[in-house]
Amino acid sequence: MIVAKRKPLDEIKELIKGYKKVLNVGCGTCVAVCLTGGEKEVGILNAELEMARKMDDDPIDIGASTVERQCDREFLEALDAVVGEYEAILSMACGAGIQFLAEKYPEIPVLPAVDTTFIGVNQDVGWYEERCRSCSSCILGLTGGVCPVTMCAKGLYNGPCGGTNQGNCEISKDQPCAWYMIYERLAGQGRLDCIQEISAPVEHKNQVPRSLIQPGYKKAEEEDA
Amino acid sequence: MNSGSNLEKVLRAGHFAFTGELGPPRGSDGEEVKKKAAHLKGMVDSVNITDNQTAMVRMSSWAASIILIGEGMEPNYQMVCRDRNRLAMQSDILGAYALGVRNMLCLSGDHQQFGDHPYAKGVFDIDSIQLIGMVKKMRDEGKFMGGDDIEVPPRMFIGAAANPFADPFEWRVHRLAKKIKAGVDFIQTQCIYNMEKFREWVKQANDMGLTEKVYILAGVTPMKSLGMARYMKNNVPGMDVPDDVIDRLKGAEKGKAAEEGIKMACEQIEEFKEMKGIAGVHLMAIEWEHRVPEIAERAGVLPRPVVE
Repeated sequence: MIVAKRKPLDEIKELIKGYKKVLNVGCGTCVAVCLTGGEKEVGILNAELEMARKMDDDPIDIGASTVERQCDREFLEALDAVVGEYEAILSMACGAGIQFLAEKYPEIPVLPAVDTTFIGVNQDVGWYEERCRSCSSCILGLTGGVCPVTMCAKGLYNGPCGGTNQGNCEISKDQPCAWYMIYERLAGQGRLDCIQEISAPVEHKNQVPRSLIQPGYKKAEEEDA
Repeated sequence: MNSGSNLEKVLRAGHFAFTGELGPPRGSDGEEVKKKAAHLKGMVDSVNITDNQTAMVRMSSWAASIILIGEGMEPNYQMVCRDRNRLAMQSDILGAYALGVRNMLCLSGDHQQFGDHPYAKGVFDIDSIQLIGMVKKMRDEGKFMGGDDIEVPPRMFIGAAANPFADPFEWRVHRLAKKIKAGVDFIQTQCIYNMEKFREWVKQANDMGLTEKVYILAGVTPMKSLGMARYMKNNVPGMDVPDDVIDRLKGAEKGKAAEEGIKMACEQIEEFKEMKGIAGVHLMAIEWEHRVPEIAERAGVLPRPVVE
């Protein structure tokens, strides 16, 4: 899932400064699962903002609406009927959802209430860890299911570097060395030959905005043509 | 000859090589480079010029390399993957070669978190092994990484590092093999303190036939004090300082720890001279350049050979 972290209250307050009527839009998918931007968190943030603005003697009228997925046009339509009442929209979705909302309502300022942080896994309740950088060229098949792009602090394709320290990364004793894990995993599987060959320089495919059209589907304008 | 550098000539002639190291200043005073270099002149075959070591901004390694050439000395131009992408690396290599640089050391680089700009973007567009391959392709095929022809290809003597002490130990010799496969000519190792482990690593390299394909220079850093030894043991990632080293420095008379450190370094160098598979020593006398003449003298590596 995409994991996000709520911005500090002061930063959010600063973003919506000057607006008297704001709609806070949550997202019911990834950010809800990671306890950051679902219906419940929208309610909590709104209560905090109302209280803070009241104490500043600058009351705010803040609405709440949580859609199933902010990254899906179909679900955003539910907001059409209400957005007109507001001066600004606060979004608690990931960066993709925020941008999609801004694209749908270009006349209204859409402001982020969260920092989108990573694509990760749920280690325990409230505990998430990054696992994927969406590089577009997955090499997990060669690296024992451990991603060096994400888990190696230098993103090395031919690790481990000389900084491995008792199985940990040179950046921290709390950060396991990705290449140490790769070695251990592959050694256990008898597959060390996977990393004996040199990995060629990467063709970085994430340097431009990416899109994907599945086979059999076309962009709307191509269909019209 | 791959580059015809002095270091390459010394190694190919079968001499026991002796290289030094110089960290460029944290400022733009070229005199500081010259001052440090003066201590190394005539003492070593080539001088490594570090590239923003420990991720601290310093004078660029190619510029300091050029200053060194002006002093009649030979640089070993270090380049890390942390600070530049493949375009910048290749253009720097062309420029450095044009100005007389003939040796290069290809490194990953310490993580930027260690340095004075901890939130800098680490580039790592390519890694050290891919960098070796790139410099070799530029030299031997006369082509850029992207495939285009180079008008006048830079012909570098290609070096890389090896750390036999970092985990997993069993993989380290295979990593050396990968660097050789990528095209490295010479290796300079991490500072060696754990001799037992180092002997084991060299034996593995010998058994795999690797030492016939690459010149290995053993890394030596004399301990200046007990504090330094403790710091290296506990705070420098990938460094293996056994207790007996600490104990020997502890046992030294008051004010004699540095002397003991030099003595230990000289003992190591004596062993490396005889060690099968070792072609020389790389002396990293960190901020101790002025002691290099004494160490070189006592290690019996003077005078340095002149190979035509």
